[in-house]
Amino acid sequence: MVSTPETVETVESATGEYKYGFTTEIESEFAPKGLNEDIVRFISAKKNEPGWLLDWRLKAYRLFEERRHEEPAWANVKHPPIDFDDAYYYAAPKQTEKPQSLEEVDPELLRTYEKLGIPLKEQEWLAGVAVDAVFDSVSVATTFKSKLEKMGVIFCPISEAVQTHPDLVRKYLGSVVPVADNLYATLNSAVFSDGSFVYVPPGVRCPMELSTYFRINAAETGQFERTLIVADEGSYVSYLEGCTAPQRSQHQMHAAVVELVALKDAEIKYATVQNWYPGDKDGKGGIYNFVTKRGACRGANSKISWTQVETGSAITWKYPSVLLQGDNSVGEFYSVAITNNYQQADTGTKMIHLGRNTSSTIISKGISAGHGQQTYRGLVRISGKAENARNFTQCDSLLIGEQCGGHTVPYIEARNRTAHVEHEASTSKISDDQLFYCRQRGMSDEDAVALIVNGFCKEVMRKLPMEFAVEAQKLLGISLEGAVG
Amino acid sequence: MSAAQPEGKAPMLEIRNLHVAIEGKEILRGIDLAVAPGEVHAIMGPNGSGKSTFAYVLSGRDGYEVTEGDILYDGKNLAEMAPEERARAGLFLAFQYPVEIPGVAVSTFLRAAVNASRTYRGEDELDAVAFLKLAKAKMAELEMDEKFLSRALNVGFSGGEKKRNEVFQMTMLEPRLAVLDETDSGLDIDALRIVADGVNRLRSPDRASLVITHYQRLLDYIVPDRVHVLAQGRIVKSGGKELAQQLEKKGYAEFGTAA
Repeated sequence: MVSTPETVETVESATGEYKYGFTTEIESEFAPKGLNEDIVRFISAKKNEPGWLLDWRLKAYRLFEERRHEEPAWANVKHPPIDFDDAYYYAAPKQTEKPQSLEEVDPELLRTYEKLGIPLKEQEWLAGVAVDAVFDSVSVATTFKSKLEKMGVIFCPISEAVQTHPDLVRKYLGSVVPVADNLYATLNSAVFSDGSFVYVPPGVRCPMELSTYFRINAAETGQFERTLIVADEGSYVSYLEGCTAPQRSQHQMHAAVVELVALKDAEIKYATVQNWYPGDKDGKGGIYNFVTKRGACRGANSKISWTQVETGSAITWKYPSVLLQGDNSVGEFYSVAITNNYQQADTGTKMIHLGRNTSSTIISKGISAGHGQQTYRGLVRISGKAENARNFTQCDSLLIGEQCGGHTVPYIEARNRTAHVEHEASTSKISDDQLFYCRQRGMSDEDAVALIVNGFCKEVMRKLPMEFAVEAQKLLGISLEGAVG
Repeated sequence: MSAAQPEGKAPMLEIRNLHVAIEGKEILRGIDLAVAPGEVHAIMGPNGSGKSTFAYVLSGRDGYEVTEGDILYDGKNLAEMAPEERARAGLFLAFQYPVEIPGVAVSTFLRAAVNASRTYRGEDELDAVAFLKLAKAKMAELEMDEKFLSRALNVGFSGGEKKRNEVFQMTMLEPRLAVLDETDSGLDIDALRIVADGVNRLRSPDRASLVITHYQRLLDYIVPDRVHVLAQGRIVKSGGKELAQQLEKKGYAEFGTAA
């Protein structure tokens, strides 16, 4: 997501209404509604998958069937039980042949991306970002591919990687988030539609930010994105993910799984700006964002860094985590989450220290306004063998108004005497004094809130790549419109 | 300067029989005041006389209720304007107690402020480069370290730094009517001179200032055209700059209140 002038303009012209609430008129090809073994076979067949992957999906599906009534109940979010049979599990824009270049892509699709602020055609001239755009379930266009290929970097839809690099996919798929990890991850394993695959070969520093733009378009479609990023020894990659969804009255579910693997001396940075449709001001509609994101620092001296700006979704259930297996490995989690109106978020991270001299940093900034409810939930676990593990955690909550809530639920488990764990937490409010001071200098209420909130989130925002930072800053302001006054 | 004012020039600020209450308690009890463009007026008075209330009601703070009377600014009814509308129309308040905003750099804050007014006036926003150039020039005048720009607004500032920062903002925003609420408190003599120089540089035939202070000291540097004594919510005496010097000698005792 490059902040082109158009992007900035789009953001600036946005009002209090959700600005990505348009739908694209394209004939979609649906699998029949509902979830059963035939649907799983249908999806697998549509993608022409090898037998091992179908078996993997079926195993996940059977496990899901055993557990489908066991939705995780511990999160501090409220919603009616999900009817998994009342949704479509596959929707692809109808096209006879897969496009070979941008010129062949349905112009209506490209217009959708333009409205989102990422004109793909222009991407080719804009230095630095390769975009793999996922439209509902099928990747429609991948740019910069050839440049990446020269360096041996693989960046393609995961459905394509299954065909072209089956050994890599098979080796790592499900190796960080096992099929049985949690109900939503199990469901994703059974029916995952598409997502990105990245492999960076040993010693290669990926020369550009890789970016994927996810978008849910068809009504009543769950999106089950599956992303797998492998950074081989001594390599580096930075990945940006942005999400939007059109406005609909029904609740839609997004149950993604993202797996990161960093081998010896490798580094992965993963940044997300999530602005799925949050529902209207009365809490009607919006995305259920039930996402499992986890990275494994497999090798010594490896590093994984998650940065997320979560402003959308009716409900967010998300804990990007790091397994610190290699000695001296480093895990980071930087998060800004906003809940306004009736949004709910239960989000945080898990830092599992297994290797020696591992260290982790958690900076979480939660902003609640309106009737928003937000919980930071984090686990820092130092295993018995993790000598000299270090963790620093800082959780700050900012409340705007009287009806919202901010909650902090940190779990710390230290099984090694040498562990050094720090936890800081604070809760504050935007004061009338601050607002008046800003307004006396000519700023509107809303600009003042955006400014104060951006200040509150600064430590996290500065971790975002430049391309993201400008838009993310504006997004914070937009998400909080109507929060005061 | 007041003598140079042409007769009949319309006042920039005209206050008629202003009564203001906070939570039902009357603080200002019938103020009349007219400030013409080009003039500097000092409002002096003991603690509790209503000086800060006066500053807040002019700038539109919530909770300050005008129960009677009018405030006209360029002929417009100020009470009907939101605080930001007043600011964009050129009214600036230098706060007695500037507010901390963690994580927001002085430069970020001030650029947002400058551009809010520019946008209102239909001018292009200042980009980062133009803003920095202007800010650094103004800071040099105020003998401020450029590092100030990247510090979080008022966070960890000394009392003097906060006040200097208020005057810095004022010189950047170039208001038509500046209200300085006890800007001299907490300043040593060098800082006082620098701050006063900043205010004096803004003096021009189409601008005006209201300098609110307890002490006469600041008025040695910012020489007022008119001095008003505020006591118990009323202006009890008005005069030229010599009135400030009398107050310095005699205190506020003659106005029926402790100094």
